[in-house]
Amino acid sequence: MWQILSSDQTLLRDTTARFLIDQVPLSRLRKDRHDPAGFDSSYWRSGAEMGWTSLLVDEEHGGGSVSGRGPVDLALIAYEFGRHAAPGPLVDCNLVASALSGHAGDLHRSVLADLIGGTTISASCLGAAPWQDPDEATVRIRRDGGDVMIDGAVRPVESARQAAYLLVTGMSESGMTQVLVCATAPGVAMTTLKGIDVTRHFASITFDNVRVPASAIVGVFGQAREQVSRQVQLAAVILSAEAVGAMDAAFHMTVDWAFNRYTFGRALVSYQALKHRFADMKAWLEASHAIGDAAADAVADRTDLAAETASAAKSYIGEQGPELAQECVQLHGGIGVTYAHDLHFFLRRVTLDRLLYGTPAEHRRMLALMQTNQIRDKLA
Amino acid sequence: MNDNMEGIEDFRLRARAWMKHNLGPILPQDMSQSCNSDEEELAAVARDRKLQRRLFDGGFAGICIPREYGGLGLSASHQRAFNEELVGHEFPSRFAVPTFSPCAAVLFEFGTPEQKARHLPAILKGEEVWVQMLSEPGGGSDVAGATTSAVRDGDAWVLNGSKVWTSRAWWADWGLILARTNWDVPKHRGLTVFILPLRQPGVEIHRIERLNGESEACQEFLTDVRIPDSDRVGEIDAGWTIGTRWMYHERSGSNSPFVTRPIGLRNEAPEEASVIDIARWAGRLADPVAQDLIGESRALDIVAHELQRRVAATAALGHTDHSAIDRLFRGTARVRQATIAFELAGSSAGAWTAEDEREMGTPGMDFLLRQTSCIGGGTTEIARNVISERVLGMPREPSGDRNIPFRDVPRGPKRG
Repeated sequence: MWQILSSDQTLLRDTTARFLIDQVPLSRLRKDRHDPAGFDSSYWRSGAEMGWTSLLVDEEHGGGSVSGRGPVDLALIAYEFGRHAAPGPLVDCNLVASALSGHAGDLHRSVLADLIGGTTISASCLGAAPWQDPDEATVRIRRDGGDVMIDGAVRPVESARQAAYLLVTGMSESGMTQVLVCATAPGVAMTTLKGIDVTRHFASITFDNVRVPASAIVGVFGQAREQVSRQVQLAAVILSAEAVGAMDAAFHMTVDWAFNRYTFGRALVSYQALKHRFADMKAWLEASHAIGDAAADAVADRTDLAAETASAAKSYIGEQGPELAQECVQLHGGIGVTYAHDLHFFLRRVTLDRLLYGTPAEHRRMLALMQTNQIRDKLA
Repeated sequence: MNDNMEGIEDFRLRARAWMKHNLGPILPQDMSQSCNSDEEELAAVARDRKLQRRLFDGGFAGICIPREYGGLGLSASHQRAFNEELVGHEFPSRFAVPTFSPCAAVLFEFGTPEQKARHLPAILKGEEVWVQMLSEPGGGSDVAGATTSAVRDGDAWVLNGSKVWTSRAWWADWGLILARTNWDVPKHRGLTVFILPLRQPGVEIHRIERLNGESEACQEFLTDVRIPDSDRVGEIDAGWTIGTRWMYHERSGSNSPFVTRPIGLRNEAPEEASVIDIARWAGRLADPVAQDLIGESRALDIVAHELQRRVAATAALGHTDHSAIDRLFRGTARVRQATIAFELAGSSAGAWTAEDEREMGTPGMDFLLRQTSCIGGGTTEIARNVISERVLGMPREPSGDRNIPFRDVPRGPKRG
């Protein structure tokens, strides 16, 4: 993580870390695997009081960050989420809060206030990449008189069963549109999905002629492309930071193991073949820290390289996170794949983080297209 | 940083304005430093000497070197700001490594006041290009196992032996050389560092042709070369103290606060073929597999850049030395990028026409030479040892030469 933090940032991070250790230790997560939510509402409200859900919202809309750079502060929280394999829809609640920040509608304002307070959960139904390709869109949004009609399906949606509101992204004739929809609106149906994580649960959602008033639109009808792109960047920052936290936990656990585990009369750390693998992992880990922090900085400051840096982080960490965790499993041997051991919590976390909001391959393709466009612009 | 030092942003603006009026655009060979012939190479050297002089005359040479030796006496952050501003401009690329780092850095840290006064201003003015004479034919990464000998003779030393993989020795001026001065102590305790003028009788320089036909690297044969004791750097037999810092500066490469070299992600010289150019030429820009590879190559550029920044920041804070992590990452990332370019080029990477030269002339040859990025400047295997032992604190490898006099160290298989 960042080598220099302000005292306020350190406080924010350490308060969250202590809270997570106290409230959701791995022993509890291990037992709670059949809990359909994966966390309880008081846990989320307490987190919101610490600032988990307000960091991407401007102060004048009820939010605020400790450093003035919300994505950087949020990345500190996400890192702790990863390090402790903590439950809760950190990405989705923050993405929706960020999307609603600054929108004047009454519905938007009240949902935003409840999100910041932690009394409401919302889901960002962005689903899988690519988000910009009209041919691949799975949700259509059209105008019908003064209303807006939604049709289609999206998956996977995190904490959908707990969500009171859904931010639905779909393709309209004139471009992308985002709409805030009540989760119980007629025509919205959910199917619970099975999944690889212990505490994070997903559903698929279908929209069958769902009618909402035009006031539910977030932004401008048909012109959500920019805000969706921003949301994908923010998701990449949060998921990357979280994955780095989980990589750190898995790596340090495995280094300790290698110092203490003896075979053939020697500690594992005395074998050069294994030392070299630890060196490779350390290089991946440091590179992941570097690119994860850089993505948060670039997205916070909205630099020219923000989109590229975010996709570089999501693709690199998405690739190396699971590789590192699998190396940790291998170096543990058989115990590394048991449910009783802690390692799988982090393996699950980096694996899930790899898949959400664009796989490494999808972000690499986005990077290629950004580069091709830049070169075309330069030539034009 | 003392209070009288110019602020970094003021310095940055001043540098930016100066570059705009005094430096031309970057040329393709400034980053790759590859020339098609010796004549071209020598012309590029002459241009670099003039560029270095221009930096000096403009008051921007030796940013971290104290004023008494002709530098500016500023901080590593000033050098970094200068390097960031340098993107897109021409610069004296052949001075960066190894003249400024490791050579000038080692002289600055360990040289006598007289040695520094003689050489540092001359380097800053572009008058002296240095090479580092570390590796030997008998051992690549085992630098402390040097067998080039230096024997005291009155006020001088007499050197005999051979050094290898010395880039640019065929046109450079001075060498920093590690030699054995004591064979009766363990290997790390019998080494001494000297300053060696390259153009003198007894120094025979052979060029080594690499598999692509280029012959930048050299091997030197030293026969009874006399060096005055005043050209000894540091104490007699204390060369390894210098050697460890020397290799630290070598690993730091472009991260070194002594190096002037553009750093940034918009650094490509426009004439050089990018992976996009290669894919376009091969008709694969719309191919999802090719896009995946292009994106991977770009991601590695960005990650490598950010890792380098992180390692430099770690060094500036005085934390554990992470330069070996940067070295390992860069080596493996470049290997992967060379493979990607080769993959995108397809079969034309193996044989091409004069018209295809720009796009197809390099991917095949670069692929053949791919491993150089994991070999030169200390292999990635050594970097992995350094990371596991010095960063992660794992036990050191057993060795056959510790705590025994160097003359008794086995230097080949026992036979018979």
